Amino acid sequence: MTVAKTGLSATGLRKYYGKGTGLIRAVDGVDLKIEPGETVAIMGPSGCGKSTVLHLLSGLDRPSEGEMWLEGRRVDEMGERQLARLRREKVGIVFQAFHLIDELTAQENVEFPALLAGRSPKIARRRATELLDRVGLADRASHLPSALSGGQRQRVAIARALANDPVVLFADEPTGNLDSSATLEVLRLLEDLHASELTIVVVTHDERIAATADRLITMRDGIFVDETRLSGGSSGRLGSLFAVELDA
Amino acid sequence: MQQEVVLAMLAKEPSHGYQLRARLNEALGPLGDDINAGQIYVTLGRLEKAGLVAIGTSDPTSERSDRKVYALTATGEERIAEWLNEVNWPRPDLAEFHLKLVTAAAARLADPIAIVGAQRRELLRRLRAAQRAALEEPAHSVAGLLLEGIVLRLQADLRWLETCEREWTERGDQ
Repeated sequence: MTVAKTGLSATGLRKYYGKGTGLIRAVDGVDLKIEPGETVAIMGPSGCGKSTVLHLLSGLDRPSEGEMWLEGRRVDEMGERQLARLRREKVGIVFQAFHLIDELTAQENVEFPALLAGRSPKIARRRATELLDRVGLADRASHLPSALSGGQRQRVAIARALANDPVVLFADEPTGNLDSSATLEVLRLLEDLHASELTIVVVTHDERIAATADRLITMRDGIFVDETRLSGGSSGRLGSLFAVELDA
Repeated sequence: MQQEVVLAMLAKEPSHGYQLRARLNEALGPLGDDINAGQIYVTLGRLEKAGLVAIGTSDPTSERSDRKVYALTATGEERIAEWLNEVNWPRPDLAEFHLKLVTAAAARLADPIAIVGAQRRELLRRLRAAQRAALEEPAHSVAGLLLEGIVLRLQADLRWLETCEREWTERGDQ
């Protein structure tokens, strides 16, 4: 197999829990190739294995079988230390429940991963300031998470995920805890990051978030049952698609 | 849309045809791209015949070929008032699609799940197109509000398709 030096790929990915009659095939043979700059969304009913796929791809969990590659490096065979480093420096992860540290300000939360990766406090601070500005929260830098709205907390979490300039941003139900206006805040930010050619993998229940993707994968019972290219395929001009026309 | 929408663009003040078109474009944003000037003039002609619009001429020295000024007649004003107060709503045409699924399953001519899947893919592409257009609108644009309505309807349709898919899958398994 030839391995591209860029992007993210997986072949024959499986994750089983339990054994014997209690064996659960959470992910049951998945092949995936994601090009740099591509946004891919994964949808499917609860329990279909979509979050497990995201956890495997982001190095949060290890596959039972299969190969994974990131930027030409084999991920599934990495030791714990290598994997921890990969999670810290090559990928950014955003969760449904934000997972911000309550005692730290927005700015300190965003600085944290850079400090963990051994960056100097000065560089970490500068990068955090840039990122908070980028997510539109420069004026909230000194706020604790408890003083921020849900949408703002998730934007801080996204800024934090970008602190070490990851190769891929993973998001697991990023709007699952948000109301519709906060969902729009996150949606706008994801579109903006997509436009800047960040590679994004997002697991979601929300059709609007899924519609930000270039490609949509649908999962059921641990496998991919559909892959749809959403970009470039729309079937006509908006006015005629939605019948905004004068009666003849 | 009914021809009243062209009449309605005259409610603000008597206007040239191109001004009506500009007002429509502003209100509809990218969704108005398919409405061309010719259609507007044809509609204005009909509205005039129906006595809803009167045509005057402004500034006979103007170089513009489009010197006609259209104004509402009293009947036109009444029609607009009625139109504003009419309670109607576009009918969602789900029954035809529903019958496709029923037919496919009953006659075993096609797989209902595949039909749902194809429709879902198309709606997701439309959702993407409408959502991108919505995000490109400046804040508080009126056209953005229309796009938001379209996005929300597509989202509702996609949720219905999800229910159809689940239900027809279960029926197929029985």
